Amino acid sequence: MLRATRWASVLRQPIRPRLGRFHPGARSLTGGSRIDQKQAAAEATPASAPSSEEKARRRVHFPGARNSYFTDQMDFISGLDEAIPTYQVMDNEGKVADPSQDPNLSQETAVKIYRNMVTLNLMDVIMYEAQRQGRISFYMTTYGEESTVGSAEALDPQDVIFGQYREAGVLLHRGYTLRDFMAQCYSNRHDSGKGRQMPVHYGSRELNFHTISSPLATQIPQAAGAAYALKRAGRPHCVMCYFGDGAASEGDFHAALNFAATLKCPVIFFCRNNGFAISTPVEEQYKGDGIGYGVHSIRVDGNDVWAVYNATKQARELATQQHVPVLIEAMTYRVGHHSTSDDSSAYRSKKEVEDWKHKDNPITRLRKYLEARDWWNEQQEADLRTEMRKQLLAAFAAAEKEKKPALSELFTDVYDKSPQHLQEQERELHELIKRYPEYYPVDDLADK
Amino acid sequence: MASATSGGNPDGIKPGVAHSQLLCTTTEAALKNPELAAVASSDTKRMNLYQAVNEALATALSTDETAVVFGEDVAFGGVFRCTMGLAQQFGKSRVFNTPLCEQGIAGFGIGMAAEGHTAIAEIQFADYIFPAFDQLVNEAAKYRYRSGGQFDCGGLTVRTPCSAVGHGGHYHSQTPEAYFAHTPGLKVVMPRSPIQAKGLLLASIRDRNPVIFLEPKVLYRAAVEQVPVDDYELPLEKAEILKEGKDVTLVGWGSQIYALENAIQIAEKRMPGISCELIDLRSILPWDVDTVAASVHKTGRLVVAHEAPQTGGFAAEIISKVTERCFLRMESPPQRVCGWDTPFPLVFERFYMPTMIRCYEGIRRAMEY
Ligand SMILES: Cc1ncc(C[n+]2csc(CCOP(=O)(O)OP(=O)(O)O)c2C)c(N)n1
Repeated sequence: MLRATRWASVLRQPIRPRLGRFHPGARSLTGGSRIDQKQAAAEATPASAPSSEEKARRRVHFPGARNSYFTDQMDFISGLDEAIPTYQVMDNEGKVADPSQDPNLSQETAVKIYRNMVTLNLMDVIMYEAQRQGRISFYMTTYGEESTVGSAEALDPQDVIFGQYREAGVLLHRGYTLRDFMAQCYSNRHDSGKGRQMPVHYGSRELNFHTISSPLATQIPQAAGAAYALKRAGRPHCVMCYFGDGAASEGDFHAALNFAATLKCPVIFFCRNNGFAISTPVEEQYKGDGIGYGVHSIRVDGNDVWAVYNATKQARELATQQHVPVLIEAMTYRVGHHSTSDDSSAYRSKKEVEDWKHKDNPITRLRKYLEARDWWNEQQEADLRTEMRKQLLAAFAAAEKEKKPALSELFTDVYDKSPQHLQEQERELHELIKRYPEYYPVDDLADK
Repeated sequence: MASATSGGNPDGIKPGVAHSQLLCTTTEAALKNPELAAVASSDTKRMNLYQAVNEALATALSTDETAVVFGEDVAFGGVFRCTMGLAQQFGKSRVFNTPLCEQGIAGFGIGMAAEGHTAIAEIQFADYIFPAFDQLVNEAAKYRYRSGGQFDCGGLTVRTPCSAVGHGGHYHSQTPEAYFAHTPGLKVVMPRSPIQAKGLLLASIRDRNPVIFLEPKVLYRAAVEQVPVDDYELPLEKAEILKEGKDVTLVGWGSQIYALENAIQIAEKRMPGISCELIDLRSILPWDVDTVAASVHKTGRLVVAHEAPQTGGFAAEIISKVTERCFLRMESPPQRVCGWDTPFPLVFERFYMPTMIRCYEGIRRAMEY
């Protein structure tokens, strides 16, 4: 019954259906008919609803479901009766409907978030283009999902982060520099990963951001383990773990939520539900109501940076104070292609994508919010874009010119110390290079 | 040992670990080992292999505040008793059960280790390590390399019972070392006795690389030695010469050592005058090429024996490497004595196993080529 009951905690909250929000990951939000059916069913059988005393009296004795009680009603539960509502602070126009929900961050912080969202967007444009021109081998954009920056603002710098690959905004907000990004994508000698992984596989010890790896979802149980370590060390911090709606279908997602819940780990699972896993739409990914599992869970408007911020902040409180896992599902839309190896027009219409760009965009929303407060204007916007583009292009040009890491780095870090057989293999490679220099040019490598 | 023939045999050999001369049944024998020089004045205690593992775990937990032990059913003491008493002694936050999910156990351990803690995970049977294969091969093994040395999960050790037990069938008998030996970044270790188990396990736990520690479960109760009670480590990546000889080099590891010991007894009886050198490899990855090659350089003949199936087994790696090193010294083709290339069969176990008689046959072929 795990999947069917996974939203139980959320469903206890009052539901205020709001029509018109239409993220592909939660389509059933628009349908009121299921709710009507449920109400009708409830009205038809009022007498059979057990009182709380009756429930207590008829509690089951099986250890696997201690809070269950016996009933003579044969009801199959689908978990699909009511859709989980989607928390929103500001609407498409940047208007905050309920002022009590405005996080009221300072102008400085709000503008910093905005600048980083725009910078991320501009960097994506440049790097995407660079890949198209064959100057880097691969790239993945974050278009449409820039509000992950809001989650980064809600964390403490000492909170530990595990990511999937579409969370560059989080690193940027933590202080990863343009030079760091470019060095990794270019595999140059400034790459802290020493040029060994594909582009966008960032990582930073200094910023407590564990290095990205390609196998999907593997980081999710790792995040639970890291959180257990933080708790044991008595640190007042949590782990933040990002992943996509597709990755949540892996066995490791199941493993992680169950481990985190049973072992009481201070970890936030942040699912970016953007409607697609490469070409696979969510309808072919899961049949439940989005991503979830019987833990503290909330669904938020992923294009609303304040909703993301507030939910993360609250999740952090829950995780660090109660040592419970919290699941945030941020509804959004992948505006860009999956990666530079993908042309998404093969499985969805260009119009759908164009519509999304105009209809709803996290950057535009925050800009409207800022403008409504006179914290931002046309001129500042133009200046930011000119300035950032200049900085990005400078960082880009510098990265491209840099040497690659030294050849010795091919063999280091496999173990803490190089074992004998690796030392022998390294010597063999050096002999080879000496004998066939024309086949093994080394002038683009750093000396050491 | 359950895998050996029972009752009498024409050579009058008393087979198996129960009659082994390799186990140190006295304190003197135990402390004579030069590798234990550092604890030469330690008391010793009679222990079987599961008790030695238990002792190593207790030592690791009491000398490292960040160390934790976890896995399926470890809190009550473990299905093989290896974790007996540890939860009571060190508390439930340090010795705890996990949900039944091997990929979760491995991933969780990697995460703890990546935050600098010491994670000692148990997979209940080596046969069930495959759900965690992805976490171990793609994640644990590559964590340091892929981050440019910024992060590592060197504090991770995965212990798991392996190998034949007499009646384990397909899924309680496997010896999967060769799958992991193909994975740069991992270390793979297998002890043959209680003294070895304690020293190698402590070294594995304290080594700053992820280690797969395979424990031959048939030895848990059957192998008994006087084990030093003090804290000691035995070196990883080092083979041990158990018996010196001049005519043929025999290499094995884990419980296979005892079949080789008996094969030597048959060979030295049936082929008077020959002497066999017996080497326990102990570490499968990285392995001690120098010790094995030096031995073959002396004897000119090599027999490698393991329980796992022949094709793609680790014997192939040893033979290939030693042939490269000792080609001109070899007097006969290297011999492999392995499990057949079938799943591990229940009722046919004694026909499947690389028993003493099959190992003897390997020696005979090497000698009479
Ligand atoms: C274990 C594994 N299987 C398959 C892949 C190939 N792959 C890379 S990204 C991806 C889709 C992931 O989708 P999602 O988690 O929804 O994230 P999104 O790309 O939408 O941000 C796939 C199938 C992989 N990297 N790892």
